Amino acid sequence: MRITQGTFSYLPDFTDDEISAQIQYCIDQDWPLSVEFTDDPHPRNTYWEMWGLPMFDLKDAAGVLMEVNACRKAQPDHYIKLNAYDATLGRQTTMLSFIVQRPQHEPGFRLDRQEVSDRRIRYTAHSYATERPVGERYARS
Amino acid sequence: MTDSSNGAEESSSGSRRGFGMRATPKGTDDEQDSAAEESAAEESAAAEGDDDVLSPDARVDLTEVRREAGVDDVLAVLDRELVGLAPVKARIAELSALLLVDRTRSRFGIAVPQPNLHMCFTGSPGTGKTTVALRMADLLRQLGYLRRGHLVTVTRDDLVGQYVGHTAPKTKEVVKRAMGGVLFIDEAYYLYREDNERDYGQESIEILLQVMESNRDDLVVILAGYADRMNDFFRANPGMSSRIAHHITFPDFSVPELEEIGLLMAEELGYRFSDEARETLSEYLKRRVEQPWFAGARSVRNAVERARLRQARRLLEQDDPKVGRDELMTFERADLKGSRVFSGGARAVADEGPQSAEDHAEGSLD
Repeated sequence: MRITQGTFSYLPDFTDDEISAQIQYCIDQDWPLSVEFTDDPHPRNTYWEMWGLPMFDLKDAAGVLMEVNACRKAQPDHYIKLNAYDATLGRQTTMLSFIVQRPQHEPGFRLDRQEVSDRRIRYTAHSYATERPVGERYARS
Repeated sequence: MTDSSNGAEESSSGSRRGFGMRATPKGTDDEQDSAAEESAAEESAAAEGDDDVLSPDARVDLTEVRREAGVDDVLAVLDRELVGLAPVKARIAELSALLLVDRTRSRFGIAVPQPNLHMCFTGSPGTGKTTVALRMADLLRQLGYLRRGHLVTVTRDDLVGQYVGHTAPKTKEVVKRAMGGVLFIDEAYYLYREDNERDYGQESIEILLQVMESNRDDLVVILAGYADRMNDFFRANPGMSSRIAHHITFPDFSVPELEEIGLLMAEELGYRFSDEARETLSEYLKRRVEQPWFAGARSVRNAVERARLRQARRLLEQDDPKVGRDELMTFERADLKGSRVFSGGARAVADEGPQSAEDHAEGSLD
């Protein structure tokens, strides 16, 4: 099941040139970018691992793409996303966040129903990937 | 869930907007940006966007290409604003010629590899290394070799960390900031410390080497330093020397060149020299060149600054308190004659004690 989180996730995966164009757009808006990765893409998991610090004062997309590629090399079977943050007063929020790498095989989620008192139902999204330990979740077998 | 679903909703409109603007075929985006500012880049974009390749037996008029690219304007400005520096200008002329030829080659469908543009500037203090580096960034953008054309000036402090594992991230961050422009490493020989083999500078050099090789089309590295110490640096790091295609030596300025620089500097500050003052300036420079702590154009700048001070005092102390535009703008002979260079020079200054030693440190024996 293809995970659709963040911007552009319903589009086909971007090429590096397309990613560069998006990065350059963010840089031109004065949004610092950061690279994050995870192997637990549960929709409620907002805390992905940081790949280095956010990148300030950049002028060109090549610098960010270099970090994306370094992260891809180190974490070939993880999800990687790029976040662009607008620091201006009144905004101070993530302006753009999109996935730039996903594992080859994405097992997806299962809906767990838990029956509690008075026939009420509690729902949980269970990620199949998390059945395996961290680091092996999306490893190619 | 709220977080990401909001993001997804917003993004669908955001993405459409983003794509409306950005849905360009790959590679043209950067060209678009710079094209807005620079017609030369526009030409290259047009040339590259052109799919129809010229037939092998076609003839192209290079003067036409030259005129279209606007290279001549760039070179003319350079020639007007920088005095002397013949080797530098020659190299820039060669680079622009290569650009034109490359552009024409691509029209015939011949492969156009990105040239190696890393440079090393060597020369005495005050010969214009930093000034040229600043110009170079802008120039290479106008010629279409760089996408942004900004200059990131760093020294050893910005590249080398203080403890194990600190250097690599520090150097990489600087490199990332310089992407699309010029990374100017002033006093580059400090990166290598001969006496300490565990110095972190070596680590920084290795990262730079790697970047210079693999990100050749993203940034240009310019090393600068005094000739003898740079030679030692290259002897210890042969890899660095071989990755730099352009070793440019900055010659010392001659006295007439220094004079011209002085006139240009005064003009920039809104001053001019009277005829007598001009003669005095030339005489002053002849003497100053012989004396210690002479720092080329920097000494000229200091001389002009001191002349401003003396001129201001002269105007306030003169008998007739009324001044006009001309008086306010003109350096007279006395403004330059007041310099210590004329009253005994270096030896007299050296005898004056610690106060003057401080002056020397600033390279201002004026």
